[in-house]
Amino acid sequence: MCLAVPMKVVEIDEGTAICEIDGVRREGSLMMIDDVAVGDYVLLHAGFAIEKIDPVEAEKTLEVFRDALDAGLSAE
Amino acid sequence: MKYAGEFRDPALAKAMLATIKKQVADYSGVITLMEVCGTHTMSVYQHGIRNLLPQQIRLISGPGCPVCVTPIGYVDRAVAHARCEDVIIATFGDMVRVPGSSSSLLREQATGAQIKIVYSPLDAVALAEKNLEKKIIFLGVGFETTAPTIAGSIVAAKQKDLSNYFVLCAHKTMPAPMAALTSDPELQVDGYICPAHVSAVIGADAYKSLAEQFKVPCVVTGFEPLDMLKGVQMLVQQVLDGRAEVENEYQRIVKPQGNGKAQALLAEVFETCDSGWRGIGVIPNSGLRIRDEYRAFDAKVQLPVEAEEPKEHKGCLCGEILKGKLVPKDCPLFRMACTPENPVGACMVSSEGTCAAEYKYGC
Repeated sequence: MCLAVPMKVVEIDEGTAICEIDGVRREGSLMMIDDVAVGDYVLLHAGFAIEKIDPVEAEKTLEVFRDALDAGLSAE
Repeated sequence: MKYAGEFRDPALAKAMLATIKKQVADYSGVITLMEVCGTHTMSVYQHGIRNLLPQQIRLISGPGCPVCVTPIGYVDRAVAHARCEDVIIATFGDMVRVPGSSSSLLREQATGAQIKIVYSPLDAVALAEKNLEKKIIFLGVGFETTAPTIAGSIVAAKQKDLSNYFVLCAHKTMPAPMAALTSDPELQVDGYICPAHVSAVIGADAYKSLAEQFKVPCVVTGFEPLDMLKGVQMLVQQVLDGRAEVENEYQRIVKPQGNGKAQALLAEVFETCDSGWRGIGVIPNSGLRIRDEYRAFDAKVQLPVEAEEPKEHKGCLCGEILKGKLVPKDCPLFRMACTPENPVGACMVSSEGTCAAEYKYGC
């Protein structure tokens, strides 16, 4: 039930964002987050944007995985 | 899918698995890690993570599916409301198939009850606006990820001055059940994979007292397979180091303090209460109830109804499975009397239940 989908904000109309993923559009209430701009990625859950996605932190996390790969580790 | 596909890269997953295997190569014991989120349960099964991990690491599922932990008496009450002609039940899809003591919402729908599955609680508010002669009862089930959306719907209904929108509230909160399970002498949990989107609301710091008081490592972990493996790796490292801290693998979403606006919305509409968990019993301060200021929207207060005496199915082991003490295959009903088509227990009904996940993906 706690599944939420990372979606791109394509339009903002007062307190509602139109969010899109793979061509699917959904409305998301912005009651729970501030400072959202078109182009941001938000986590959409049950018709509400519950959090913004931090692109810098996302990249940092991926970097940790790439480091493991670069360290020459691979599965048996 | 941006911010999802990158975290499913098989090459990076293999490297992370190799890291984990190296970590425990000289470890002779078993490290038991528990996840307490239905979406984590699904991820573990969907991506075959349990089978990929070395044998020293055991993953178990705890009470993380809100549909599964909702007591049967709640379903009976929803059924009783559904039988009233002036009522429309609005709910997320998972709740309609949950068996009550003698019926379910799906069965009531077949005999004429009005049950509407909605995507958002705001859709239920819109339903109330369109059907002023009806009472719309939304089934408020879910953890802190979902509870603020229901709080938002109640605030919206108040702003619209609606007097026919009600919530039958059974919200539950983390991390109280984790503390309860950690205190259970029959259960050994060496580390918690903390729920991803619950933590987006409550914040990673919410687990600090759990980690400190019970000396149990906690790692907030995302739902994608790479997130899961990284979370496991971080927990294993804490166990090997003898540390018990809160760490956050899911920093692209989860902040130490969580989402302040969502927390404020929760506090505006709800207050903490003791709450009954199916299979576990009452856990102090583990639920939410509607505040007096919003009692006009509280179905429990405004719409008294007589429900049948709750009766659990004999032989159903959902309770022990929810606590992580047994696995679905231990239950004599699993795959026999209890299947996704004809579920007996809640763990089989909800698509995020441990039994449903084992049935679909298990081998």
